[in-house]
Amino acid sequence: MALIETNHLKKYFKTKSGLLHAVDDVTLKIEKNETLGVVGESGCGKSTLGRVILGLLPATEGDVTYDGESIWTEKGKKKDFVYNEMQMIFQDPFSCLNPRLSIHDLIAEPMIVRKMVKDKKEMKQRVLELMDLVGLSERYVNAYPHELDGGRRQRVGIARALALNPKFIVCDEPVSALDVSIQAQILNLIMDLQDKKGLSYMFITHNLCVVKHISTNIMVMYMGQVVEYTSKEALFEKQLHPYSEALLSAIPLPELRKSRDRIVLKGEVSNPINPKPGCRFAPRCKYATEKCTSQEIPLIEVEKGRKVACALYM
Amino acid sequence: MALLEVKDLYVNYNTDEGVVHALNGLNFSIEKGECIGLVGETGAGKTTLALSITQLLPKHVGEIVQGSIVYDGNDVLAMNKREIQAMRGEKVSMIFQDPMDSLNPTKTVGHQLLEVLNLHFKELSRKEKQEKVDQMFRLVGIPAERQNEYPFQFSGGMKQRIGIAMALISRPELLIADEPTTALDVTIQAQILDLMRRLRDEFHSSMILITHDLGIVVDVCTKVAVIYCGQVIEFGTIEDVYARRNNHPYTEGLFKCIPDLKSDAKRLTPIKGYMADPANLPKGCKFSNRCDYKSTRCECEEPEFYETGTHGIKCFRFEGQQEK
Repeated sequence: MALIETNHLKKYFKTKSGLLHAVDDVTLKIEKNETLGVVGESGCGKSTLGRVILGLLPATEGDVTYDGESIWTEKGKKKDFVYNEMQMIFQDPFSCLNPRLSIHDLIAEPMIVRKMVKDKKEMKQRVLELMDLVGLSERYVNAYPHELDGGRRQRVGIARALALNPKFIVCDEPVSALDVSIQAQILNLIMDLQDKKGLSYMFITHNLCVVKHISTNIMVMYMGQVVEYTSKEALFEKQLHPYSEALLSAIPLPELRKSRDRIVLKGEVSNPINPKPGCRFAPRCKYATEKCTSQEIPLIEVEKGRKVACALYM
Repeated sequence: MALLEVKDLYVNYNTDEGVVHALNGLNFSIEKGECIGLVGETGAGKTTLALSITQLLPKHVGEIVQGSIVYDGNDVLAMNKREIQAMRGEKVSMIFQDPMDSLNPTKTVGHQLLEVLNLHFKELSRKEKQEKVDQMFRLVGIPAERQNEYPFQFSGGMKQRIGIAMALISRPELLIADEPTTALDVTIQAQILDLMRRLRDEFHSSMILITHDLGIVVDVCTKVAVIYCGQVIEFGTIEDVYARRNNHPYTEGLFKCIPDLKSDAKRLTPIKGYMADPANLPKGCKFSNRCDYKSTRCECEEPEFYETGTHGIKCFRFEGQQEK
């Protein structure tokens, strides 16, 4: 049984000019010890999806199951245990830490809130354990966030997420605010922790090199919808959806090439408020035909374990 | 003669906590029509260099201690305010990192472009100016009808393109782009890079592209300078550096940090440690505390810049190899 599953999950925001379709009909499955990479441009709903799964935002429709149990639909104490099991690592290590708390207090905070630890001595020990786990030296225990650089701050963020011994972590662009050399350190840390603790991740990013490195499966999102959902190997071998193809060819690679035949997409992501029926990528797609906009394009399984939403494969 | 020559430049920031040595003897030059990529981590001094060239260092805090900046035969450091203003915006212009912050939110974008012309091209008639503005909008791919809108009505990628239009409207000889695509998505980044490549070919202007992404440099530039702790530690043509035969240990480390799309290595190899604190720099080679090849000599003596043809590396490992 999968650890996390979502079933036709939808999240719409009401705005002045209409309904904003942030997450539209997303069905996904994350097994134990698996990393699902979620890729897409800003505004495609990937962060919202993460937040809805964690219960930080209520879903408009559909549900989320954890270990087979539906977690956010029923009210009351039943879902209480889930808070310990699911955590989040945030994008910006500069704004996600309270500047008035010391590193000790920051890491202890979740344990105080969840009443995990009884006395101060035990707490101190637990904090030091966590700091050791994420590779922060002990001397920072009484430091404040502004004294640390981005990489170390992100380590504090990771220690906070790990404090409650979760099984599932949503990593929302955890390395995009960091320098490349620090980025590599944090990615290694995230992967080591997975091996050590058997964690499952949902890894949200727009950086395809990173996603390739860390994921088991990859989901490509465009304007709230899943356009391609497949294993990492399959996606990097051949991209079926034109958007995935364009995304991959847009990666700047640090190597010499003779000629570049990359696909430069025209235009920008269109408005997610009251979207028109049909493929939402069609206005930017070079293969677009009438068929694309005249009907809804469902996500269909074209090969085993490989789903694409594109009129080319219908 | 080089268009811009920066020689032995030292810049300090005087802060309450002490003196931060941002640039430490930086040498750099750019010829007409060249496009150089400046690569380095946060805090390496890339932006400080750009601000020094345009004389935009924060007053009383940033201080040029030593060195010279010569632009087209004129000493920038000896210029008075009026001369600097004439140079900045007209001959040298800059694209800033954050498109959200670099535009005035209370003025229409068309007005902001016109402002450049009003300052630097007073001789043009109103109609001519307006024509130029329209033309510029079209060049960067924004419908000219939208020039009466305000910055908040545009998306990030469009704002950056407006920033580029603003930098280019005076047809500068030298364009300094400070991380122009860092705040943007990959597909939009590809659009902007495409635009910059086209402009480079069309205007033949020189360009300094500041970035921390080695992948962007190879796309747009002809030469690369790698900066570490306020010094250029490696300089060469794209071929020299990206062939990856001879590299400074730091550049080598930078290449290794990037997850490779082709290999399936489970672990990345980060550069160990952190960049030396610019308020408290090591004595010898600035990279020695993180370097795998370091010897005792590296810690007390600073290496020179060893050059082989177009390729220069500031590391003792390449000492005496120049003749080869």
